[in-house]
Amino acid sequence: MKNKILYILIILLAFSWGCNDEDFLDREPTDILLDDQVWGDQALILSVVSDLYFRIPEYQSAQGWWNFADFDEAFASNFGDYWRHKNNDWGYGEWSLWNYGYIREINLFIQKADSDLTSELDPAVKARFIAEGRFLRANAYFELVKRMGGVPLILEPMEYDFSGDASYLQHPRAKEAEVYDFVLSELDAIKGDLPNDVNVKSRATQGLALAMKARVAIYAASIAKYGATTPNVSLPGGEVGIDAGLANGYYNQALTAAKELINSGTYSLYNKKEDLSENFANIFIDKANNPEVIFVRDYVQSERNDGRANNWTLWNQPWSGAEDLEGGRTNPSLNLVQSFEMLDNSFATFQTTTEEGDYIFFDDPIDMFAGRDARLAGTVILPGSKFKGKDLDIWAGYQLADGSIVTGDEFGQRKVLPGSETPVQVVGFDGPIDGREFSAQSGFYVRKHMDVNTGSGQRGLKSDRWWVRYRLAETYLIAAEAAFELGNAGEAAGYMNTVRSRAGFTTDLTADDITFDRIVHERRVELAFEGHQLWDMKRWRLAHIVFNGEQADLTDQPWKADEVSTRVFGLWPYKYHEPGSANDGKWIFKQVLPGQVTGADRFRLGNYYSFINDDIRNNNPQIVKNPNQ
Amino acid sequence: MKKLKFIFTLLVATAIFASCDWDNYDEPESFLKGTIVYNGEPINVSYNDVNFQLWEPGWELSYPINVVIDQDGTYSALLFNGSYKLVFPDGQGPFRTVGADTLDVNLNGDQNMDIEVEPYYMIRNAQFSASGGNVTATFQAEKIITDADARDIERVNLYVNKSQFVDFRTNIASTEIGGGDIADANSISMSVAVPEITPTQNYVYARVGLKVAGREDMIFSSVQRIDL
Repeated sequence: MKNKILYILIILLAFSWGCNDEDFLDREPTDILLDDQVWGDQALILSVVSDLYFRIPEYQSAQGWWNFADFDEAFASNFGDYWRHKNNDWGYGEWSLWNYGYIREINLFIQKADSDLTSELDPAVKARFIAEGRFLRANAYFELVKRMGGVPLILEPMEYDFSGDASYLQHPRAKEAEVYDFVLSELDAIKGDLPNDVNVKSRATQGLALAMKARVAIYAASIAKYGATTPNVSLPGGEVGIDAGLANGYYNQALTAAKELINSGTYSLYNKKEDLSENFANIFIDKANNPEVIFVRDYVQSERNDGRANNWTLWNQPWSGAEDLEGGRTNPSLNLVQSFEMLDNSFATFQTTTEEGDYIFFDDPIDMFAGRDARLAGTVILPGSKFKGKDLDIWAGYQLADGSIVTGDEFGQRKVLPGSETPVQVVGFDGPIDGREFSAQSGFYVRKHMDVNTGSGQRGLKSDRWWVRYRLAETYLIAAEAAFELGNAGEAAGYMNTVRSRAGFTTDLTADDITFDRIVHERRVELAFEGHQLWDMKRWRLAHIVFNGEQADLTDQPWKADEVSTRVFGLWPYKYHEPGSANDGKWIFKQVLPGQVTGADRFRLGNYYSFINDDIRNNNPQIVKNPNQ
Repeated sequence: MKKLKFIFTLLVATAIFASCDWDNYDEPESFLKGTIVYNGEPINVSYNDVNFQLWEPGWELSYPINVVIDQDGTYSALLFNGSYKLVFPDGQGPFRTVGADTLDVNLNGDQNMDIEVEPYYMIRNAQFSASGGNVTATFQAEKIITDADARDIERVNLYVNKSQFVDFRTNIASTEIGGGDIADANSISMSVAVPEITPTQNYVYARVGLKVAGREDMIFSSVQRIDL
């Protein structure tokens, strides 16, 4: 009996002891960080903002070579991507973006960085974080307005109150001009809080705020000016289309920002190498004290495929010298290659035959490209040149004197030539072989952004070179465009000449030489493969003219901005075989349309502003549709 | 034992077949067909380019059914019975809608419905002929809309193709006259040489098209087969 009471007591005691201690259940989580932990520590805030930088939306970039084959800059030498040259129309939903999840996270970042949570931080550090958040948000809206036109401007993180009625969260689209104005004013407002340091490349700087301001303003300006040529591409509420009267104001803003950046002297054009083509290619791969590059996405070498390593070199390395079992995908088109001028400021297409129809013979295939803009060999790997110290092997076969061709369908295949008994190589180890992926099906490989370090073409390493988003040469061209549009062609010529002299041009352009066509052309050759083409063609309202859906031949007027260019062409070198003749062993060229190119690009008026999904419009009926869809 | 196995297999098989009837919805069964017309004459357009949308109100979420108009102005859609609202999206077609911008369509069984619109121009009396490897077309361009909405001719084109799909995308030969160079819209004549066709084909298809300034879609004559 006594024992029983004792037992009951012991059990009761055990219970009361376990219940009393509240701390026992209140544990710190071990797998997530709480707000006051994150926002009190600079290093942790930096990793939050890094994630937001990491998620900057992009279209054509080192993350996706294939998008460069969407227009006329390149052929996609990859089995799964030939459809890019077989389709005609682009869907209205193409290039569509509606990333309000990302914008909400940025808004939360700004709200918290601006709150008492960060009161312990050095005020300058705190101001920089807030400025970076606002930069990222401005950039996100710029990406949206480029694609969709005016979008709802959401500047606070919105919360649902669970009342059953979410209509107070629905906001209508802002005017296109309002979004541009917002981005421009944000860039002005944050500039002072950002560092002015040429060595900060992957975070926002004062230089970036100016460079981006120039770009944003020139987009708005040209939409206002050239939008007048396509009155159908507008909405009555101004969600799409900018009033033509605002053009000059935006051009002035672009010019002022560009001049401020150029005159600040913080950045300068890259000029480290004597060989001007190598110098041009080096802008994109020289990470040590690069004076021209303003803003990049940076990479590290990694065997993983999570976006931390740069795949560009792996994807695009010439097949003959490939360090892994792939490469050669982006093949620059003849359309682009022939746009590069001769060094005397004249234009010339490639002549493969004389007026009588005979072949023109070359001792070396590289001679075909002699005397051209140094940026050509800096952008494109040409037949007869070298990459990573290795000779390229781009040639399509033997041309016999009787008109027939001996070639193969394997890389470097060997066959017996007529009049001989020993087999010889009849096609290059880089192709071109029609329909063979990774071969140079246009006759060219891409050189821009290609890493020359050993191992950069291996799947297990990849490249740590950066993706350049903003560089000073673009700012020069914006200054030239804005000055020209404001009627000051002389000033425009000055900016153009600075960029052009770096490419080897010795004769300056004069004010009379500067035309709209010149501006368009200079951007095409200087900024090829840097992701500008779609946005440029859209803002000049040239896209529906240049990509008009007609099966057009290659233009012989590459200096004209509005020449139709709906299909990608190639230029193939052949070896000439005629034993005993003086021309035996020399090189000839043929212009070709790759066999995979069966469609003709067609940009419809409804493509200027991407389709806003029906789901989005069902969720928020205040969103109006984009025009012509 | 063997017999039992066979019976079981048969049972299982019938069970699977039978279940088909249970979980399937009815398929749409009613055709809505017709032609886009002006005063009863069909409006010829380019394929896959002009479309209208059918909206069925009353659902919580609304998604349009896009109906594409064929080269010869006809359309056809297989739909569920119901009442739809028919809308031409802004900027569609070389025409404007007549009257209200929304048509009510009550579908109950197959239905033929011609949709009357007002084109900016009509191509009249298109005559095609072939001689010496050339295709020649003569036609008139009649201006239909003459009020404040009137638009100019941007250009006229003659297209020739080896298949029946003939427009600016699919052609083997074409020629163009700019709107300003048309002397007399009541007598336009165009001619184009037909290139060699492989494999050899002794006929081609041709039609003329007219681009209205400021409208994306062209209006065409009907497609004609021409023996060379």
